[in-house]
Amino acid sequence: MNWVLANLELIRELTVQHLGFSLPPLLIGLLIALPLGWLANRTRTGRTVLINLAGLLFTIPSLALFVLLPIVLGTQILNPVNVIVALTIYTVALLVRTVADALAAVPQVVVNAATAMGFSPLRRFLAVELPMAVPVIVAGLRVAAVSAISLVTVGSVIGFGGLGRMFTDGFQRDIPQEITVGIVLVLALALAVDGLLLVFGRVLTPWARLRETAGSTA
Amino acid sequence: MNYFGWLFDPAHWSGPQGIAARLVEHLGYTALTLLIAIAVAIPLGAWIGHSGRGGFLVVGSANGLRALPTLGLLVLLAGFIGIGLLGPLVALVILAIPPVLAGTYAGVRNVDPAVVDAAVGMGMRGRAVLLRVELPNALPLIIGGIRSAVLQVISTATIAAYVALGGLGRFIIDGLAVRDYPQMIAGSILVALLAIVADLVLAGLQKLLVSPGLRAVPGRRGPRAVPAPKTADPAARAA
Repeated sequence: MNWVLANLELIRELTVQHLGFSLPPLLIGLLIALPLGWLANRTRTGRTVLINLAGLLFTIPSLALFVLLPIVLGTQILNPVNVIVALTIYTVALLVRTVADALAAVPQVVVNAATAMGFSPLRRFLAVELPMAVPVIVAGLRVAAVSAISLVTVGSVIGFGGLGRMFTDGFQRDIPQEITVGIVLVLALALAVDGLLLVFGRVLTPWARLRETAGSTA
Repeated sequence: MNYFGWLFDPAHWSGPQGIAARLVEHLGYTALTLLIAIAVAIPLGAWIGHSGRGGFLVVGSANGLRALPTLGLLVLLAGFIGIGLLGPLVALVILAIPPVLAGTYAGVRNVDPAVVDAAVGMGMRGRAVLLRVELPNALPLIIGGIRSAVLQVISTATIAAYVALGGLGRFIIDGLAVRDYPQMIAGSILVALLAIVADLVLAGLQKLLVSPGLRAVPGRRGPRAVPAPKTADPAARAA
């Protein structure tokens, strides 16, 4: 533990950096994936094109994407934007399918009822279909969050910051403790964000809890 | 700067450190890892799925893998075992086993109980049920798991160049060391293409090997349900 105690400030700084790399892509990715997922759910062609494109982007190894994005974006190779865009791409690729599936799973009866009550398509989407899709979307977001937090570390191979620094530094200076603590921190961070999203999903869907209690007393 | 000049220079394609040789290395690591992972994970997953014991372990390992930073695992094992093939290979196998295990387990577990009953009714016993009914029915998910594992291994083998492994990742690491960005780009394009081609080949194999009877069934086990784990399985995206 000596290494940890002597480097608390560095660890704190790397953790903040790590969150700075991994959290924005989740938010941006979700905002992009919602309309795309809606589109994929609406039309058969949209579904085929978007799901296949998502699958293709998902296939590209992260290190390769980190290196290739500067050509597309016109950025410097170590610009943090590259990591954020790369992780946003993975998040969107994962969530488009999730959102489409979640929307497809909304019972048609409910959608019809909302239409019959005079909901416009947009309002029906925002007030009925989207809330009902929340549990599945949050489940997808949790997966995306955990992957993103783990993936940020790969960037350290080409010089990005974040907790992955503890792996490259620990390897080069032969400090196994630094590597182990780095792994534990990444796992803990993933677990914490995963837990927060779980709670967030519960808060957003109070009716789900209501149904659970109603089910147990019945 | 001419970004793509390096890739298309014939001089970079041959020789012991040329693109062709690195590609063969990369494929070799991937094949070796998958062989070991399949030999361990398919029998184990089939047994767990068949007997129903220890399923939580499978689910837990597949979930935990998502959070495990591959670079951390690589440098840790390189530190313990030493630089060379063995350390990275152990890391790659550790990463490849959970998706195959989860695919096999889920595949065997999700076989329609009526089909298993029918097999037993026809006089089949445990081993025959597993080998002739459960495994063929589980094949779509098993190959889905293998696809995830292959992507994971191709991706992680690239990163393993950091701990001195060969393969296409060398161009990225070596290019970085001498600030040769076109070389890094060449390595990245080749790795991305390799991953995409490997995934397409396995998708074709999935179509070829899976019994047509499984594909024709409409409804919840229809063709759309089958490819679900290939892209949506986030285990593939842990590197």
